[in-house]
Amino acid sequence: MDIELMINSFPKLLNAAVVTLKLLSVSLIVGLFIGLLFAILRLSKNVFINKFAYGYSYVFRGTPLLVQIFIIYFGLGQIESLRTSFLWVILKEPYWCAIIAFALNTGAYTSEILRSAFQTIKPGIIEAGQSLGISTKIIFYKIQIPIAIRQSLPAYGNEIILMLKGTSLASTVTLMDLTGVAKYIISTTFKPIEVFVVAGGIYLFITFIIHNIIKYLEKRYSF
Amino acid sequence: MELLAFGDTGWGDELFRATLMTIAVSITAMLIGFSFAAIFTPLKLSKFKSLNLIANIYTTVIRGVPELLVIYLFFFGGSGAIMFVASMFGYNEYIEINAFVTGSFAIGIISGAYSTEVFRGAIQSIDKGQFEAAKVLGFSKFKQFYKIIFPQMLRLAIPNLSNVWQITLKDTSLISVTGLVEIMRQSYIAAGSTRDPLFFYSFAAVLYLLLTFLSMKLINKLEVKYSRGY
Repeated sequence: MDIELMINSFPKLLNAAVVTLKLLSVSLIVGLFIGLLFAILRLSKNVFINKFAYGYSYVFRGTPLLVQIFIIYFGLGQIESLRTSFLWVILKEPYWCAIIAFALNTGAYTSEILRSAFQTIKPGIIEAGQSLGISTKIIFYKIQIPIAIRQSLPAYGNEIILMLKGTSLASTVTLMDLTGVAKYIISTTFKPIEVFVVAGGIYLFITFIIHNIIKYLEKRYSF
Repeated sequence: MELLAFGDTGWGDELFRATLMTIAVSITAMLIGFSFAAIFTPLKLSKFKSLNLIANIYTTVIRGVPELLVIYLFFFGGSGAIMFVASMFGYNEYIEINAFVTGSFAIGIISGAYSTEVFRGAIQSIDKGQFEAAKVLGFSKFKQFYKIIFPQMLRLAIPNLSNVWQITLKDTSLISVTGLVEIMRQSYIAAGSTRDPLFFYSFAAVLYLLLTFLSMKLINKLEVKYSRGY
């Protein structure tokens, strides 16, 4: 074991962990909105809207995240009309391409989690709202959404941790996140075990913190 | 469409072989995962705290660290580790292990951590009475497990194992970074030489969708078979 290398690489990896956390938080926030939107579409009675939302989640859950990133980063640049449009400012940056891919991916999983949460809400709760004369819109925003979020917390916690691991794929499109820097140090020093221990330790530490935050939220919002 | 022609003019036969390679790696990794699960599930269920700890470290570390990092560890560290073991037996030549072995081992260890959790859950949800009944009937320890616990465990584990299979199948795309020519790597090569990444990566996505769809159909059949009598 090369302890010196481990100590030297620690600050570099810690800096890279900031990139990982940025990627994670931005894509989770965007993904949550996408997930909520598609969960609502899934509950729609219109067959076409329903099928469209199902197709979205099926495709994004059935293909590897790596393919999704490559299609967005390498593939979309091929379309001429896209390259000349204002969207190109975003799509030429690997950072935003990675975030778009992560957000669409986590959005698909989140929509499934939220959908099943909406479906397990007891009808009595909605009926209680109706008999109190609350409008359907307010029942949805003030009663159904908060309950669904509470119901889906444990599953969503797992999704956050899966997404944390997913952000490692950003290194395949030249971003220097935690895995990207770890790979760089491994390939220059040929000491894979030492670097794995430090980088893996940082990932486990982040996982541990996320796990505890979710546990705290579950306790706080339990009923 | 001519891009997908078989033979020298198109990429059809290359992509077909790559798909077979993806299937081969996934199955090998799944089987390696099962053998890891066969070792670690008993450790998880053991009465001894220290054995529990070993199994818990395995599943927690593997499930908390990105797959790509594990693959890099094996890719850069695999031949070094084997050479170290060989040098203890007095063999000092350079040894290179091929990408298929490294890749299936890396993915297999990851898949094994998930399988371990699935089997542990399945055994724990078998009714206590089944264990007691097996003992009362005077079955040997081996027969108790093989004839009574194992078949019930399979039935309970199959739905979750199908999730593990999906994860494993999708994880094999990451082995492309080591140069093994599976769907992802072949698409990368084809995209590079035709300058048509959009088409080839989208086609790769279709291939993966097809694989997940067909394997779900197959697993559903298995599920029906093992649920007979329930």
